Amino acid sequence: MSIGIKVKKGLDLHLEGAVADPRHIASRPTATVAVTPDDFVGLVPKMDVREGDSVKAGQPLFHDKTHPEIKVVSPAAGTVKAVVRGERRKIIRVIIEVGSGDSVKLSTEGVLSDSAKARNLLLESGLWAMTTQRPYAIVTDPDAELRDIFVSGFDSAPLAENITSLTDEQRRSLEAGVSLLGLLTKGKVYVSRRDASAIPDIKGAEMVDVAGPHPSGNAGTLIAAIRPVNKGETVMCLDLPTLLRIGATVLTGIVPSTTIVAVTGSEVKEPEMVECHIGAEISAVLNGNIKSDGRNHRIISGNVLTGVAVGKDDYLRFPYRQITVIPEGDDVDEFMGWASLSPSKMSLSPSFPGHFLRRKLFRPDARLQGGRRAMIMSGEYDKVMPMDILPEYLIKAILSRDIDRMEQLGIYEVAPEDFALAEYADTSKLELQKIVREGLDYMRKELE
Amino acid sequence: MKALKKLLDKARPAFEEGGKLHAFRSVYDGFDTFLFTPRETSKSGVHIHDSMDSKRTMIIVIAALLPCLLFGMYNTGYQHWLASGATEFPFWSLLLYGFLAVLPRIVVSYVVGLGIEFTVAQWRREEIQEGFLVTGILIPMICPIETPLWMIAVATAFSVIFVKEVFGGTGYNIFNVALVTRAFLFFAYPAKMSGDSVFVSTNPIMGLGGNVADGFTGATPLGQIATSGAASHAELASSMTTITHEPLSTLDMFIGLIPGSFGETSTLCILIGALILLATGIASWRIILSVFAGGAAMALIANCFATPTYPASFLTVADQLCLGGFAFAAVFMAPDPVTSCRTNTGKYIYGFLVGVVAILIRTYNNGYPEGAMLAVLLMNALAPLIDYCVVEANVRRRMRRSRA
Repeated sequence: MSIGIKVKKGLDLHLEGAVADPRHIASRPTATVAVTPDDFVGLVPKMDVREGDSVKAGQPLFHDKTHPEIKVVSPAAGTVKAVVRGERRKIIRVIIEVGSGDSVKLSTEGVLSDSAKARNLLLESGLWAMTTQRPYAIVTDPDAELRDIFVSGFDSAPLAENITSLTDEQRRSLEAGVSLLGLLTKGKVYVSRRDASAIPDIKGAEMVDVAGPHPSGNAGTLIAAIRPVNKGETVMCLDLPTLLRIGATVLTGIVPSTTIVAVTGSEVKEPEMVECHIGAEISAVLNGNIKSDGRNHRIISGNVLTGVAVGKDDYLRFPYRQITVIPEGDDVDEFMGWASLSPSKMSLSPSFPGHFLRRKLFRPDARLQGGRRAMIMSGEYDKVMPMDILPEYLIKAILSRDIDRMEQLGIYEVAPEDFALAEYADTSKLELQKIVREGLDYMRKELE
Repeated sequence: MKALKKLLDKARPAFEEGGKLHAFRSVYDGFDTFLFTPRETSKSGVHIHDSMDSKRTMIIVIAALLPCLLFGMYNTGYQHWLASGATEFPFWSLLLYGFLAVLPRIVVSYVVGLGIEFTVAQWRREEIQEGFLVTGILIPMICPIETPLWMIAVATAFSVIFVKEVFGGTGYNIFNVALVTRAFLFFAYPAKMSGDSVFVSTNPIMGLGGNVADGFTGATPLGQIATSGAASHAELASSMTTITHEPLSTLDMFIGLIPGSFGETSTLCILIGALILLATGIASWRIILSVFAGGAAMALIANCFATPTYPASFLTVADQLCLGGFAFAAVFMAPDPVTSCRTNTGKYIYGFLVGVVAILIRTYNNGYPEGAMLAVLLMNALAPLIDYCVVEANVRRRMRRSRA
């Protein structure tokens, strides 16, 4: 049995720099790896290791302050090289020098029959921290009763790559992962897919066939179409690579510590798939694969909509799936850009010729393309949000910190990423994802 | 271009905090961002942004207004030539006359409005906003050509300050700024804003144009109807004439070579503007369409129950939609995104009611021959209420689901 969903509102951005051959995967070693606590929204890290300690792969590096059972583990065996702290001793990142050593082997006995053991395996393996919940879009609360679990089986973001076929081993992992997740919820485990030939039906999962443009791959879109989150309910969301990792851990007891990254973007010489450690050095993953045309570049860990801007000396950030390199754009002076009729300008507006070039690939830079304004145009956000949400009103409720109104307008259903396309399309250039994040944090602080 | 950028960059320090010309920072910023797309890149959230911005939005609206503006110039000249008894109508002279007649009004409106905007932006330490670029051209277009300059200055200053800036600037106003300017003039100086002596320019400008006899009157068709006392459609039709007392057909009203507010007379040019706005997706088709639908519906009802008490009720649907400021309000005033409804359902209701109320006022209140202005302002006030109801429906849906 599978459910079919057709996403009508949304937008596929056609950008330069897609991977030409996703089947060819290059392997890139890294000298150090780093884990960034900020990636795990809602966690307050308490260190379990100190600088100089030697760690195994899969050994906890830090745990959460309120829920000590949530752990984040080392992606590699080696030595803790540094715990980088920022203002007020906030932990910025934990750097591990990759050395020799074994991986932690977890006991998998009974994890497919006992829900407590199942949950424990996820918490111990650090994979729980890679799941997020709705409401609030934070790391899943281990005490919450999970109504359903939603697995995004594909990434629809610009230039993202997806698994096109599964090996037998991966198929077994998926089944094991789904049956473990099934123990955590009284509801269903939904797995979305765009291409039924890439992901076959999985025993125990409700398959959801999704068609349509981005954000069709987002968990938020899936939840909104199947069963929106009401007040008091909690659902868990994760992506397919995490499900595969969960399955592999169930089968072997060892947490996979590698990831496959799509290195994409107009400023990458040869976009390619790279296999590397979770949290690998950006420079190691890129391996000099950036165009040297003298322009400033913006390296994004993630996609152009929701990723994090990183430097060459930084590390790969969660969800460890993609790197995008685009021009920064702060080194060009465009004369009366607002009047431009250049076909290379990317826009939803038919006033740009580029709007009509359906097959053209664009090479946008990181400029705001205009000044920040009050919300002037109406209906811009609705066009790209396939949810039963009135985005303008929700944003206004958040800005005025009106808790009741936020609740009434569905703040529990949304994550910042659901507003990414609206933020792209906004002619007033408002920082919608930041506004939503602040709203969610505010709600959590006030209500807990 | 490089030289220009260098010049701007060189001048920048003088305008920054502590610089000699710091008091003009908003002006400098305005020109700098107008000439060169800002280099500012995204700091949070998405890394790429759509190329559309509010500058381009506003400029497209101005482009859509150009056909009406040019036609208005020609028509101003044409009416003047007609009034002075000419038999030949040299195209360029007519256009030049109209241009010279409207230019001071556009200049006054921009100087006063932008002056206030720059001052406020400077005072609030904000970037100058583009909203007045459109408002500033709209104001002279919706006023009779003979409106004295000082009145335009006073009315513009009033509405920019009390309708826009006190609410927080572009994007925060409740009422359409240009329409409030018009309403201010209408209620503060009624003698100068209606009647039959203000819609035709009667004096020669810089030697152009002829002399018009003293006591000349040139009423708009709607003005003629209000005073006609017609008891049937035929009588009504004969009471509507050009200023030289030739009869008017629906086609004349559609083309627009009739007396009226400067930019509002030509339905044809307004529709060209509408086409530009709709093709570029700037104006909401939902609103424009439903204003016309509402106007047509109300005109039809009025026409079915036509009575000599209200002569305008004898007008056909087509005449109603072509006359006065109706079409102009439907295309350029009602869809103003800031003051209209923001929800899609709300836009249909809002637009429809604008159309209904405009015709309602025009037909059943002989004191106000033009209802479009008041209709849009009234619906501006009601738009938040309509939106509220639509939003509540969404909230109720969520609450029901939550309980189920």
